[in-house]
Amino acid sequence: MRAIIVDDEELARQLLVEYLREIGGVEVIAECANGFEAVKAISESKPGIVFLDVQMPKLDGFEVLELIDTAGIAVIFVTAYDQYAMRAFDANAVDYLLKPFSMDRLRKTLDRVRQRAGDSGKSQVPATGSSGAALSSVELAAAARPPGQPLSRIVVKDGTKVHIIPLAKLDYVEAQDDYVALHSEKKSYLKQQTISALEAQLDPNRFVRIHRSYIVNIERIARIEPYTKDSRVAVLNDGTQLPVSRSGNARLQTLLGEAR
Amino acid sequence: MHPLFHRKAYFAAYLGAWMLLAIALAALMRLPGTLQWREALILAAPLCFFNAFVCLAPWYVCRHIPLRADNTAKLLLNHLGAAVIASALWVGMARLLAQFLDLGPRIVPEIPLLAVVALLLYSLSVALHYMLLAIEASREAQIQARDAELRALKAQINPHFLFNSLNSITALIATDPMRAREMCIRLGDFLRNTLGLGERESISWKEELQLARTYLDVEQVRYGARLRVEMNVDEACADCLVPPLVLQPLIENAVKHGIATLVDGGTIKVEGHLNGGFLEVSVENGFDPDCPSPRRNGLGLRNVRGRLETRFGPEAMLSARATQNQFRAEMVFPCEKRI
Repeated sequence: MRAIIVDDEELARQLLVEYLREIGGVEVIAECANGFEAVKAISESKPGIVFLDVQMPKLDGFEVLELIDTAGIAVIFVTAYDQYAMRAFDANAVDYLLKPFSMDRLRKTLDRVRQRAGDSGKSQVPATGSSGAALSSVELAAAARPPGQPLSRIVVKDGTKVHIIPLAKLDYVEAQDDYVALHSEKKSYLKQQTISALEAQLDPNRFVRIHRSYIVNIERIARIEPYTKDSRVAVLNDGTQLPVSRSGNARLQTLLGEAR
Repeated sequence: MHPLFHRKAYFAAYLGAWMLLAIALAALMRLPGTLQWREALILAAPLCFFNAFVCLAPWYVCRHIPLRADNTAKLLLNHLGAAVIASALWVGMARLLAQFLDLGPRIVPEIPLLAVVALLLYSLSVALHYMLLAIEASREAQIQARDAELRALKAQINPHFLFNSLNSITALIATDPMRAREMCIRLGDFLRNTLGLGERESISWKEELQLARTYLDVEQVRYGARLRVEMNVDEACADCLVPPLVLQPLIENAVKHGIATLVDGGTIKVEGHLNGGFLEVSVENGFDPDCPSPRRNGLGLRNVRGRLETRFGPEAMLSARATQNQFRAEMVFPCEKRI
């Protein structure tokens, strides 16, 4: 099996290399010291296992997970966080090792990875969520992220480029089938995620679902105008007009009412 | 709103006290010998009821003019002026009531008495309000001190620091046993030095600095060439007494939110100078502006600020600012020395 090690600390990478050499059967094809390198290396060489540190420069481990295609890749988080901060979830595609860990612990983890790879080779069962549908890497990352921390920025991959959109610069979000279009500073970025999943990750005091297909940053709203008898439009500071549904308007009014 | 209005029971007790004062006032008004008991009471009761509200006014004034030596003139002017107005109001009201009761010239001998009593009552109220504010402030300070202490104790040993260091040692044992041993010793030093700090009220700046150095030595092994440290500290401040772990949170922040966010690392600059009896300390580091600063960032700073405040009061200062990609925290506090 081929593996990529992602950790910003040289000693931590060195330890994994040493353990893996001792255990055997796993070839380390790349070592990455930050999130950008990791996304590039993983997309280019499609390893079977990725050892992923959580806290790293540029992109953290969860963001790296979001940006890679996890099909056929076993992701193992390696972190000093305690297990309570690491979220346990039923999708077996992600495992974790707590620093410092023993060679035995690593061996067990690898056994589990091999077993799963064998199983899915026979029956083609990808990681599934409670609905039974295959989990995308974005959903996987959302499940792995420690709970109770609203997102502070969004990462998007565009070909080989990675864009980081701080939430303060996100104007509005538009649903496009299974994708969302993120509008920020007159540009738009596509990300494979449902608008409801994104809505759940955003701070509800700053972003409002004003319509089935739209989430807006409330700081961008210049005014709300009536459109037809039943509907309204939100006019943003830059003149963009977005439809506001009746329930969206109710949500908006509650939030603005509270703020006043 | 005056705090008395928050609790009905307190306010009722306050009005009750004024009614007792009304009886005393009536007795005083009997002294010139021109008024009957009944007349004195009928005059005193509404006067005192009215004054009960007038004497709440100092609360608003006292909060805006703190009791300090450098604004004596302002203090006297404001409060005396208010007292004179309160007194004039009272006398005016007494005259109105006298007219209503048809007392005629019999009220005249009472006027100087009423004016003086009103002045005294108002001044007493000012004094009591300053006392109330002082009690409130000290209670607030106590709560803050306890909270800060508690947070400081919790912050002492960051478990992630320990786990990551142990992981580095695990790696070094096979490749570089000598460095592994060295790191164990440094880690031991750091832990031993932090262990007893919870009980001590102050340590010397030299000890605090030594703690930071040991900490950075341990982190140096973990981050390698990414972590660079520059220390520029006056020998003169070595004996200054500081609250324990006052520098440590700033150093930990510089590593965690600064160096750790940078691919190529950066430099942590620590400066400490003695200036006119004040210790001036600064910690500066680079950071990645694209990296979201987690909310916990503020906790360390808040903790330090709270502890400086309880220890040195308004003489201590802590400020932090981030420019493009440099973060700088500065603190200034009086250098106290052991006698």
